[in-house]
Amino acid sequence: QVQLVVPMTVVFGPGSVPGDLPRPLPFRDVQEMEISVNLRTSVTSRYEMRYRSTTGQEEAALTAATAREADAALYPLQDNTLGSLTMYVVPETSSLLPQGINVYVGKHRSTLVRAVGALAALQARLREVTQLMSFRASSIAAALSDRVPDGRLGPDARRYLKSSLGYEITFSLLNPDPKSHTVDWDIEGAVNRYVKPVLDKLSLVANFSVDSQILYYAVLGVTPRYDKESSSFLLSAHSLPHVINPVEARLGSSAASLYPVLNFLLYVPERSHSPLYIQDKDGAPVSTNAFHSPRWGGIMVYNVEAPASPQASLPLHVEVDMARVMEVFLAQLRLLFGLSREEVPPEFLLEGLGNEGLADWELDHLLWAHTVENIATVSTTLTSLAQLLDKIGNIVIKDDVASEVYRAVASVQSAVTKLSLGHLQAAFQASKEAVTSSERAFFDPSLLHLLYFPDDQKFAIYIPLFLPMAVPILLSLAKIVRETRLRKKEPTKMD
Amino acid sequence: FQDQAEQFFRSGHTNNWAVLVCTSRFWFNYRHVANTLSVYRSVKRLGIPDSHIVLMLADDMACNPRNPKPATVFSHKNMELNVYGDDVEVDYRSYEVTVENFLRVLTGRIPPSTPRSKRLLSDDRSNILIYMTGHGGNGFLKFQDSEEITNVELADAFEQMWQKRRYNELLFIIDTCQGASMYERFYSPNIMALASSQVGEDSLSHQPDLAIGVHLMDRYTFYVLEFLEEIHPDSQTNMNDLFQVCPKSLCVSTPGHRTDLFQRDPRKVLITDFFGSVRKVEITTETLSLDPDVVGFESKFPEEELATEPLKYAEQLPVAQIIHQKPKQKDWHPPGGFILGLWALIIMVFFKTYGIKHMKHVF
Repeated sequence: QVQLVVPMTVVFGPGSVPGDLPRPLPFRDVQEMEISVNLRTSVTSRYEMRYRSTTGQEEAALTAATAREADAALYPLQDNTLGSLTMYVVPETSSLLPQGINVYVGKHRSTLVRAVGALAALQARLREVTQLMSFRASSIAAALSDRVPDGRLGPDARRYLKSSLGYEITFSLLNPDPKSHTVDWDIEGAVNRYVKPVLDKLSLVANFSVDSQILYYAVLGVTPRYDKESSSFLLSAHSLPHVINPVEARLGSSAASLYPVLNFLLYVPERSHSPLYIQDKDGAPVSTNAFHSPRWGGIMVYNVEAPASPQASLPLHVEVDMARVMEVFLAQLRLLFGLSREEVPPEFLLEGLGNEGLADWELDHLLWAHTVENIATVSTTLTSLAQLLDKIGNIVIKDDVASEVYRAVASVQSAVTKLSLGHLQAAFQASKEAVTSSERAFFDPSLLHLLYFPDDQKFAIYIPLFLPMAVPILLSLAKIVRETRLRKKEPTKMD
Repeated sequence: FQDQAEQFFRSGHTNNWAVLVCTSRFWFNYRHVANTLSVYRSVKRLGIPDSHIVLMLADDMACNPRNPKPATVFSHKNMELNVYGDDVEVDYRSYEVTVENFLRVLTGRIPPSTPRSKRLLSDDRSNILIYMTGHGGNGFLKFQDSEEITNVELADAFEQMWQKRRYNELLFIIDTCQGASMYERFYSPNIMALASSQVGEDSLSHQPDLAIGVHLMDRYTFYVLEFLEEIHPDSQTNMNDLFQVCPKSLCVSTPGHRTDLFQRDPRKVLITDFFGSVRKVEITTETLSLDPDVVGFESKFPEEELATEPLKYAEQLPVAQIIHQKPKQKDWHPPGGFILGLWALIIMVFFKTYGIKHMKHVF
């Protein structure tokens, strides 16, 4: 049974303590909720809450002018372990939170919550916050969705990237018309400036490797339509799925690594098809001019401005604005991982992210989902390995396969224990080790069922050999037995 | 539009793979290679890239000394369509097409040194098309005239794939004699199977070509290919049409199919769910706001330059692992006591039959 423990601290600022506290501050409380995945499996989530009042330093920090400054001042004062949450309750009339906003979610792991009169209402608001910041029942259920045999969640429950030990990211520049455009992009600089901070933050989750390429004469699979009103070319939403295929054949991937590949393509349309805009389902042009495909990557169309004078010499030199491009690509990367900011309730205000790309609590979100997914993967892998061994009785288990299985079992037990203690980072590392060991054990080349003959095949091979040979032997044996018995019966007859 | 969007997401797959296997070799089995290559062409035309196709062929047709048109493999008489062409990427060729390699590809139990192009790197959201052709019988399929794969082994391999969630849905097409026997034993969910003939029937070939001197294609695959020629990447044709493809009047054998393990209704399954690669897309509406004036970035994990000595070849072998592992039991031998006992029995019977007096001299 997996128990997900979230250590939470609720800090009451001066003037925000609700009247109906059951015990005087500070005190602890525990709330448990069950997330049922299917009829037999469920995961319990346990919120261990510690209620206390502010210290002097925190009070000083809460007197800042804006929520962002308060959050920045409170950051060094809080417990910032992975998986934990801190909530500061400010009085109802406080001016820290703008009008109409009840919760301010910071970049790290803290929130500022506007007080409500009764404790129950405050707890309801706190529950909304934890749903957003740690994990939702739906995200845990989705992480386990491929273990749900009845498919209750629907086919698109798990579109996000599966938990893997590493990912390869490939940035490709597609230039179908090199005669008209000479495109330069400073991809190395852009990766160092914009992508590396995000990947550094995500390095806790997996190993990332980045490469880039430029492809010439790579065309999209679809011919865009010319729209007279806007005098531009349009790609409609329902033709987008067919764009990727002709390009994919040329993208290539690293021959040595088996990690999933995320492709980010930047397409500079041909001069005859410029400018090119993507239309969404309602016919409106998309502001980002980009689309992405789950578990594959994203494509962005970069329009080149028409030259000032029609006699400009071809090819035009184009310098790609990497900041704008990376804004879209990194947003797509977040969406591929499942970190979307769309389902936020209206009275929540989320802090902007800046160059780091994701907030600490979003990282926690990923870690919770991946840890649970890893644990589920390991248990099903080991179970099916055990079933395979049951079925084929004479399979030979090598020593190293056995040691990998033991290691996987020990790691997954440690991961479950650590989860129930609230140590998210240690639990995630243990679950990663468990997955590595169990995959190595399951996919060991020596476990191929073909190499081990089932009993009926052994009979089929040996009976035609031994049966004819056995017939005279058995008959002679019978004759011997009969003669011995006869001799015993009449010993006296032999004279 | 809403309907189309719904349909896109209904099958739940995000990528497509194809495993195309031709299990015969030798010149007179030209039609099996032409079958497989024609399916390969259609699948590539509909969008599955080479990196997602595992093609296993004996590949001894195009450069066979008996081929009057070298470097070509034709699928239609009058040499209309050369299916070999310039960009055929064969992953397992010639003697590498064995039952063991085929099962290793399916189950993923592959030695670590295998390159990426020879692996089936599918996940739980992959739809896989498996096409097999060759000579078969009731419950088995012959591989390169020297080994067989039975329907039980194939069913077990699919079960291993399902246990590890290596597929979302699987379409299994087989064009051999008595092909329906190969899918009788499947027991894993989400598998749909088609075969060119029932148990007890032979699948027949389509037409010989007098210039090349052999039969060029099998009937079932020929008509399936005619059907696939009408399909383009945004067709809405469903599987039910594929089931009707080769009626007895054209095919002489009775094609069969099996859909009881499949969760969706075949009428709602698009042909392009398996034969093509139509990706699901979402419009990107969110962006980050990046500060372009960030000066330099100090990574928390600077890449350390480790001073390493160049590895010698021998050090790359996992010697300790090799020495300490128990020897792999390759063949099943009867236990030693059994053989000894058997011989003792034979000798006793010999002496009993021919007279006990010989035994006195031995002992």
